[in-house]
Amino acid sequence: MALSSGADRGSHSMDKSITLPPDEIFRNLENAKRFAIDIGGSLTKLAYYSTVQHKVAKVRSFDHSAKETEGDPLYEISVQEEITARLHFIKFENAYIETCLDFIKDHLVNTETKVIKATGGGAHKFKDLIEKKLKLKVDKEDEMTCLIKGCNFVLKNIPHEAFVYAKHADSEFRFQNTHPDIFPYLLINIGSGVSIVKVEAEDKFERIGGSSIGGGTFWGLGALLTKTKRFDELLQLASKGQHTNVDMLVKDIYGGAYGSLGLTGDLIASSFGKSATTDKEFSKEDMAKSLLHMISNDIGQLACLYAKLHNLTRVYFGGFFIRGHPVTMHTITYSINFFTKGEVQALFLRHEGYLGAIGAFLKGAEEDNPNQYSWGENYAGSSGLMSVSPELNPVQRARSGTFDMLEMDRLERQLVNLPLLQDPTSYIPDTVDLTEDVLAREYWLYCFEEALDGVVKRAIASQKDQPKAVERAEKFRQKYRHKLQTLRHQPFAYGSLTVRSLLDTREHCLNEFNFPDPYSKIKQKENDMALKYYLKVVKSVEELSWEQRQFTLVKGLLAGNVFDWGAKAVSDVLESDPEFGFEQAKLQLQERPWLVDAYNQWIERLKGPPHKCALFFVDNSGIDIILGVFPFIRELLIRGTEVVLASNSGPALNDVTNSELQILTERIAAMDPVIHTALKEDRLALVQNGSSSPCLDLSRLDKVLATVVRERGTDLVIIEGMGRAIHTNYYAMLSCESLKLAVIKNSWLAERLGGKIFSVVFKYEVPSNIREIKS
Amino acid sequence: MDIGGTLVKLVYFEPKDITAEEEQEEVESLKSIRRYLTSHTAYGKTGIRDVHLELSDLILWGRKGNLHFIRFPTHELPAFLLMGRDKHFSSLHTTLCATGGGAFKYEDDFRTMANLQLLKLDELDCLIKGVMYIYSVVSSGPPECYYFEHPTDPERCEQKAYNLEDPYPLLLVNIGSGVSILAVYSKDNYKRVTGTSLGGGTFLGLCCLLTGCSTFEEALAMATEGESTCVDKLVRDIYGGDYERFGLPGWAVASSFGNMICKEKRDSVSKEDLARATLVTITNNIGSITRMCALNENIERVVFVGNFLRVNTLSMKLLSYALDYWSKGQLKALFLRHEGYFGAVGALLELPNPS
Repeated sequence: MALSSGADRGSHSMDKSITLPPDEIFRNLENAKRFAIDIGGSLTKLAYYSTVQHKVAKVRSFDHSAKETEGDPLYEISVQEEITARLHFIKFENAYIETCLDFIKDHLVNTETKVIKATGGGAHKFKDLIEKKLKLKVDKEDEMTCLIKGCNFVLKNIPHEAFVYAKHADSEFRFQNTHPDIFPYLLINIGSGVSIVKVEAEDKFERIGGSSIGGGTFWGLGALLTKTKRFDELLQLASKGQHTNVDMLVKDIYGGAYGSLGLTGDLIASSFGKSATTDKEFSKEDMAKSLLHMISNDIGQLACLYAKLHNLTRVYFGGFFIRGHPVTMHTITYSINFFTKGEVQALFLRHEGYLGAIGAFLKGAEEDNPNQYSWGENYAGSSGLMSVSPELNPVQRARSGTFDMLEMDRLERQLVNLPLLQDPTSYIPDTVDLTEDVLAREYWLYCFEEALDGVVKRAIASQKDQPKAVERAEKFRQKYRHKLQTLRHQPFAYGSLTVRSLLDTREHCLNEFNFPDPYSKIKQKENDMALKYYLKVVKSVEELSWEQRQFTLVKGLLAGNVFDWGAKAVSDVLESDPEFGFEQAKLQLQERPWLVDAYNQWIERLKGPPHKCALFFVDNSGIDIILGVFPFIRELLIRGTEVVLASNSGPALNDVTNSELQILTERIAAMDPVIHTALKEDRLALVQNGSSSPCLDLSRLDKVLATVVRERGTDLVIIEGMGRAIHTNYYAMLSCESLKLAVIKNSWLAERLGGKIFSVVFKYEVPSNIREIKS
Repeated sequence: MDIGGTLVKLVYFEPKDITAEEEQEEVESLKSIRRYLTSHTAYGKTGIRDVHLELSDLILWGRKGNLHFIRFPTHELPAFLLMGRDKHFSSLHTTLCATGGGAFKYEDDFRTMANLQLLKLDELDCLIKGVMYIYSVVSSGPPECYYFEHPTDPERCEQKAYNLEDPYPLLLVNIGSGVSILAVYSKDNYKRVTGTSLGGGTFLGLCCLLTGCSTFEEALAMATEGESTCVDKLVRDIYGGDYERFGLPGWAVASSFGNMICKEKRDSVSKEDLARATLVTITNNIGSITRMCALNENIERVVFVGNFLRVNTLSMKLLSYALDYWSKGQLKALFLRHEGYFGAVGALLELPNPS
């Protein structure tokens, strides 16, 4: 994202010499509407709404009643254009405003837009320029209202938006889960002064206090004391200083700690106290550090006093004083910790800089009612959080002259918690946090980089006849490789790094270059093939005794799960030996006792009364769903248990999508009266999970699914596959019985769990309260 | 003695009812010390006796006498100890009651340099005892406890006596180098609510760095001459007037030193303005933290003490104004004449009965 000419960052004059790579920064401008702009002291944030036309893979069933010839595919795949809504947010230095406005003017096609919402201290300064350049009327919005609206929006829609900062921990950023209920909270906005705002509901907030000692004090007083003009330079000075040379500490007065009050010797008794009693010269660094401590402590103390008075524990910090600066995040965190004895944690936001622009945009877009939708961060189009710590990342430090972007996609459905989560507030989907687990991070980043060639090859193969497939695939490769490199240096860029986020980023990048479903044809072929064996499998199972049958069904489920293009070890075998069959897969499986083996408990349970309703999160297409899942749920249906099959809303790897599953189920029903009847009697239902990920976040599921689960009195949840049951949800606690099963098709992961490749995890869990009722 | 971070406060009880007999028995060193202390109002370059605070005809331990209030900078303590050695303090066989951090930090120095044993006392215990004692013994002369009536109206603002007969509960804010805030519920039930490092030491320290001054008096004199509104960014500088949506008046400070981010304004500002802005910033911040503590502790009366307030009417009026305005008249700021000496007085009261 380099700027083509050397922009003089030192000057604050308008810089017209830069040319912007159009499709990389102000993307989708041709359809853009509803502009909003937030002009702060040094940074401008532009927001707009746009529609993105992109390709989606659709499947459509052939009319089989007319004729059916051997060799005809089961369904047809077509790639269609679909239009989805996307929000764009771009952040750049004020020096580029004029260039950016010119660029927008030249590329804006849509003429419906008549006004631009504006907020921030600089809005009035640039009003005339904006009106002249864009021919849009500037409509000013209250700064605080925008800030709060923006804050509510990111807290609700972006998982891992908030984080706790820990300077000396393995990972600086500890991300927080999105809570379903974000209110009430306290927002401490540290601009030139400090505003303390209590937010109780979407439109209910109050400025309960503030302080004049804020970022402007640090900057102004700092400039006087050190003759250093720039805010960033002052922070850099501070990060190198020793405050103990300037401050009077408790030990300077007491000789040690003030024990009876629990005040340690290192505590600051009087800020700048030493400069009052000694005549010596003080270094700029030391004074800057002392000033930073003084201001951070003071703000932290006030924040705690207000939090206590209003009985609030969630306290978010924002404003230019914070804006990703590790030094200020550290001192504020320290101060909050000290004053509340750890009871309150200082929380920071990944997209803190965008809040005003998001809020102004939302004010202007009220008629589109963006709050009625769920939105998701697009990892392909967003820059991610940058560490601005000079010692951590000298390269990024010099990045201040570039552009930062956030893109959010409107999701087709509203996402909610699975009602069966035992404690939604403590639920963490991901099993391993790669931001903290360095070894795992290195392994998986390597793994995804290694797999990249194969993914590119597959993407091209899926669109042999499409224009520029090779070129697009190459762009995809570059983009995803770049993301992986970024994540190697800044694993916290998009919240906690997880196997799920790596997979999702890949899907987003594939979509970005119009590869909506690289596996569509493979899935089609495999589904076709597996269907031919369905009756044979069902029949052979029916001949077995009850005990034998249960074991065969579970083994079938596991063997089916071996067929997974998502796992590299398997995709190698599948690609080199297409005859690798169902029976062979069974032979590959680990013998019992499995790595995690609760099979006996499961069988005991099956001897009891049937479950009311089972919710099954399915995994792969082909053998997995047809020869593994269907025979298994068929048995459940026969037992008298209702079954809900939850599949992905959109494609991801070779996972079966909801529309594919519809067709498959119809075809199976046509062969199998058990399935046919169950469908007809509505004892078998198909729902989509709202996701397009190979993993599963039980806190962001389609609202319809949640309703179905509740209405049917679901008392058993089955989660299948590595992505959904190992990488995510392995430790998820549900309020009903659950079965998590997968075959570990990755030797590194198997080894980590204490087993070998093709080890079996068969985890059957009953929550303690249910266990008690039964006994 | 109360040995703080910046100042040593010394309280000396001079018995006036000494009989001729007693006088004969008295050791020479005691007489010499008494003469030295009572015949001077300044000691060396920096020691000062606050004559106006002297309390006469007080009865202590059954003796009638005068109470003297003396202060000198903590960094002069070695000189004080040398004097003590030369004047043979140790021959008095009396205990020196000391409080403040210095009582702990310099205990060894007292012993090795002046052969003196200290009775170390907790500074907050002493502070509260001292406040209650002084209030109870001052009956004539200027009132010990006072407040500013009409603090929000400069025309009508005036000092008035306040009756502190029934003092509890009370928020006691001690502004020395740093600040301690205590909630006092009864004579011997109190807790330290919080404190802040932005206190008198910060005011003086920043003034020294910003203006090159070297004493509290100089800094205060400059502050009195200066104007803070060119240094600070006010609400009206940002919004052109009041920020009505949040009930912020235009004159309120939005950002202390906020105008100083701009080079032209830095170049045009005077030392006096900077001193004034520093005073206003520190004072308002103490007011703000105090107000939050009063709300959290549900206490309406606030007594400010400590040497930051010495000859500092500016800060006292600011505190009175801030507390009254932001609490809508709910909170009252009270002040005591012997502002910085209560710790030392409290320590003196702990003296084992000398008779």
